[in-house]
Amino acid sequence: MKTENQKAWFFVLPVLALVAFNALIPMMTVVNYSVQETFGDNVFFWQGLDWFQQILRSDRFHAALGRQFLFTFLILIIEVPLGIAIALSMPRKGFWVPVCLVLMALPMLIPWNVVGAMWNIFTLPDIGLLGYTLNHVLGINYDMTQDPVAAWVTIVTMDVWHWTSLVVLLSYAGLVSIPDAYYQAAKIDGASNWAVFRFIQLPKMKTVLTIAILLRFMDSFNIYTEPFVLTGGGPGNSTTLLSIDLVKIALGQFDLGPAAAMSLIYFAITLLVSWLFYTLMTKDDLN
Amino acid sequence: MQKRSIVPIVYILFLMLPIYWLVAMSFKTTNEILAGFSLFPQTFTLDNYKTIFTDPSWYWGYINSIAYVSINTVISIAVALPAAYAFSRYRFLGDKQLFFWLLTNRMAPAAVFALPFFQLYSAVELFDTHLAVALAHCLFNIPLAVWILEGFMGGVPKELDETAFVDGYSFPRFFATIFVPSIKAGVGVAAFFCFMFSWVELLLAKTLTAVAAKPIAATMTKTASSAGYELGLLAAAGTLTIIPGAIVIWFVRNYIAKGFAMGRV
Repeated sequence: MKTENQKAWFFVLPVLALVAFNALIPMMTVVNYSVQETFGDNVFFWQGLDWFQQILRSDRFHAALGRQFLFTFLILIIEVPLGIAIALSMPRKGFWVPVCLVLMALPMLIPWNVVGAMWNIFTLPDIGLLGYTLNHVLGINYDMTQDPVAAWVTIVTMDVWHWTSLVVLLSYAGLVSIPDAYYQAAKIDGASNWAVFRFIQLPKMKTVLTIAILLRFMDSFNIYTEPFVLTGGGPGNSTTLLSIDLVKIALGQFDLGPAAAMSLIYFAITLLVSWLFYTLMTKDDLN
Repeated sequence: MQKRSIVPIVYILFLMLPIYWLVAMSFKTTNEILAGFSLFPQTFTLDNYKTIFTDPSWYWGYINSIAYVSINTVISIAVALPAAYAFSRYRFLGDKQLFFWLLTNRMAPAAVFALPFFQLYSAVELFDTHLAVALAHCLFNIPLAVWILEGFMGGVPKELDETAFVDGYSFPRFFATIFVPSIKAGVGVAAFFCFMFSWVELLLAKTLTAVAAKPIAATMTKTASSAGYELGLLAAAGTLTIIPGAIVIWFVRNYIAKGFAMGRV
């Protein structure tokens, strides 16, 4: 059992100070902007909640939010089952385990704009490996700068390439923690593969899967650099996800007030959905 | 067993294809790349790498990136160790709320913070320094480090602490010479994840630097703008950004999967 000790706060202070410095001050700046109008020169006018109303009613925001949810939904529905399947088929011990883990983790260690640039040159229609193969070997017309569907397929594939390994690593960590005795008992009982998965492996992976899904949700919902480098939000606005749209408003048009209001709404949505995920997935443990 | 191993093999092949293409391109001349499709470099050249290693504006990008990533990793681990100890050993007022609040900082989109960060670090006169980027990355790395370390510390029995105090160890001496060495795998994993997330992040790093501390990933954007589209050079620079991560991951390969699994939630 843990002991009650208020002095433990002293151990936490440095962390608190550093994170608060980075989180609270910028957050207050954003809150400030979100209720004011400016015409430059550091002159500000009180605006109240107008920006919030404007953003919540704007079709542009709804469209970007819709695309964002679609993107996050697609990558979760692909990466989570795929990650579990790969983790299940990996060897449990031996020489190949570290080799597999290192190779699989490699995409996660590449700077995000390099990932975007890499997929860009990989998919160029005439000189990229994928683009050339699709267009000239398989005869499928593929050009993501023209076709919104191709652009979507490309950014989803890129994210699957980039992050499925996170789900694999976490699921695998859960799997190797299962003692051999469980499997032997299942074998004696004549349990099917599905029963072993459903009643032994899945429960053991639950904690790590919660972490994996939460991390993947947060990170994919905030994704900016990779799709921006790859498609620039195009063709048209078809791959303009929420972050890309936000940066366009904040830095492109320099509309600080609406951008700040949008940031806060965005952050609130992320928090809310994360909290929902978290409560739903840990509900059984509490009962 | 044999049939099952096809799945990881196919998956790894899929992962390696774009990386192969990047590496292959880095050994081609830009002319050859633009002339048409070729699976292997026809005229193998090291010129792209030569350019990077001889041009200070290129290789300083690497030095800058490695500098702020290292500073960030050291700061994150140093402050996260005592905090994780507090979370794993004691109950105190607001501990759960504080822990959740720390984690929420991973949820804030970096795009939200870019402009305020610029203003904040300009105000404290740290703009365009390695320290600025290192401190800014603490926002998402410290919570992660606390989370991972707390998980590992939870696995160390409390009797270890008690025995040491009975034996007359002072707290700092116990912490530094007994406790931290007993979770060195955890420190390795936490350091790895700090390194990773600081190394791959670009938006904040780019916003907080201009010349003196510009990261390599930001230097790369110049090949796309000024000198036309120098694909060969871009590919070589990209290939070089993969190497530090690959080296670091090799060192922690046996602990990597454990890192997250032992965290709480």
